[in-house]
Amino acid sequence: MREVAVVGIGVTEFGEKWETSFRNLFVEAGAMALEDANMSGDQIDEMFVGNMSAGRFVLQEHIGALIADYAGLVGNHIPATRTEAACASGGLAFRQAYTTVASGLNDIVIAGGVEKMTDVGGSVTTDALAGAADREWEGLVGATFPGLYAMIATDYMHRYGLTREQLAMVSVKNHANGAKNPIAQYRKEITVEDVIRSTRVADPLRLLDCSPVTDGAAAVILCPMEMARQFTDTPIRVLASAQACDTISLHDRRDISTLDATVAAGKRAYAQAGVTPKEIGMVEVHDCFTIAEICAIEDLGFCAKGEAGKLTEDGQTALGGSIPVNTSGGLKSCGHPVGATGIKQVAEIVAQLRGEAGARQVDAEIGMTHNVGGTGATVVCNILGV
Amino acid sequence: MSVPRYWRKQQNRYRLRGTHCETCGRYFFPPRNLCPTCRRDGTIVDYEFKGDGKVRTYSIIRTASEDYDLQTPFVLAVVELEEGTCLTAQVICTPEEVYIGMPVKKAFRRIIADGDAGVIVYGTKFVPA
Repeated sequence: MREVAVVGIGVTEFGEKWETSFRNLFVEAGAMALEDANMSGDQIDEMFVGNMSAGRFVLQEHIGALIADYAGLVGNHIPATRTEAACASGGLAFRQAYTTVASGLNDIVIAGGVEKMTDVGGSVTTDALAGAADREWEGLVGATFPGLYAMIATDYMHRYGLTREQLAMVSVKNHANGAKNPIAQYRKEITVEDVIRSTRVADPLRLLDCSPVTDGAAAVILCPMEMARQFTDTPIRVLASAQACDTISLHDRRDISTLDATVAAGKRAYAQAGVTPKEIGMVEVHDCFTIAEICAIEDLGFCAKGEAGKLTEDGQTALGGSIPVNTSGGLKSCGHPVGATGIKQVAEIVAQLRGEAGARQVDAEIGMTHNVGGTGATVVCNILGV
Repeated sequence: MSVPRYWRKQQNRYRLRGTHCETCGRYFFPPRNLCPTCRRDGTIVDYEFKGDGKVRTYSIIRTASEDYDLQTPFVLAVVELEEGTCLTAQVICTPEEVYIGMPVKKAFRRIIADGDAGVIVYGTKFVPA
């Protein structure tokens, strides 16, 4: 396998983008990534686009060709493929792109992700997202997506004594980071009081425990490390890209509060990269809900089970802490355009490792991403380094 | 949900009928037609669960999708059945009553109604035992 580098990144501003269409969002991100890599679209060998549910959100399927067409990439008739694993769709696109470059099949590949979620009403969005879990045996008895994560929170709090305030601190910390990120959907700080007084969604989770509905796109460009300096002075190495699956339903898991797929993907990634959690300088985890960040920190090995609440309360996951988590603001504050999230996480780590993260800058040489589909049925972990 | 899609699993939903692998002894609800442990060596037969179990974890759903909106707030739970199988279901009790470990038993109930003229979907919920 060849060594692979990321040589270009592009992320649109995240938010409710009433004026921008699905296809234009992606084209904007793709153009930014090409510009960043000083590259022409003609040099692209293949494209993978992560997208969860354009079929529900904009009534459009056949995303690979559509995006390639509007990105001006059909002249060479390159292969263009949509990848889907609910909220891990972007992570899948990155891993597919990585695999084809590492194997020698391709030289230059674009991995992107896009979701346009605000063209439908709230109940359609809720229903579409419920498709990330088991529609037939979870959704049809009334389970909502926040409801499933709320059941993880109930179990976790009961077993490990996590407090409501500690859970809120995850959100407070991510908003503090997001306030420093120019592309974040919510560039404002919030307080613990704000979180625990916000609307109840699914007990014990409240509105400000939940990631928002977001429009956005992200793209990164990968090539063999040996070619990377043609395009950039600061190539970032892909040290690992690993994926794992688990049961589709929460009720079939070995342990409600441990995402075994996170543990498996994390271990595979650490083995590929030849590093331990102690060597990771920062991590973008999949905080679709506050409880998800708590579980992720532990399941990736940054602390023992039951200790992530204390770690958060002590400020160790904040900027300047021992393991900064979600410097971008995470899904909570930066926003969660489902298919784009896994790619945005990679772009954030690349920006950090290049020293281009501005007020969010962390001093580190190795960073990690963690992207979850559903309640943990698919997980993709990537490790990147200078 | 389309009528055939619901009708196909009606007996499973009404009677809490799942499956059982005679080779390894595991019980499945939702029903599986392949045992994940024994795979092609397994022998799958229908099995009607007794319906006794306990709450493993729960949430009070305050905001639901359109079909379930009128039912909020309601108790959603992962119920562990006596046979060792877990499933997701509603528990008919007040938000204050539910707790982890609460004994429950199955009950035939209306799940949703598709408007005034559409299909009424029935299935299994749980009540305090």
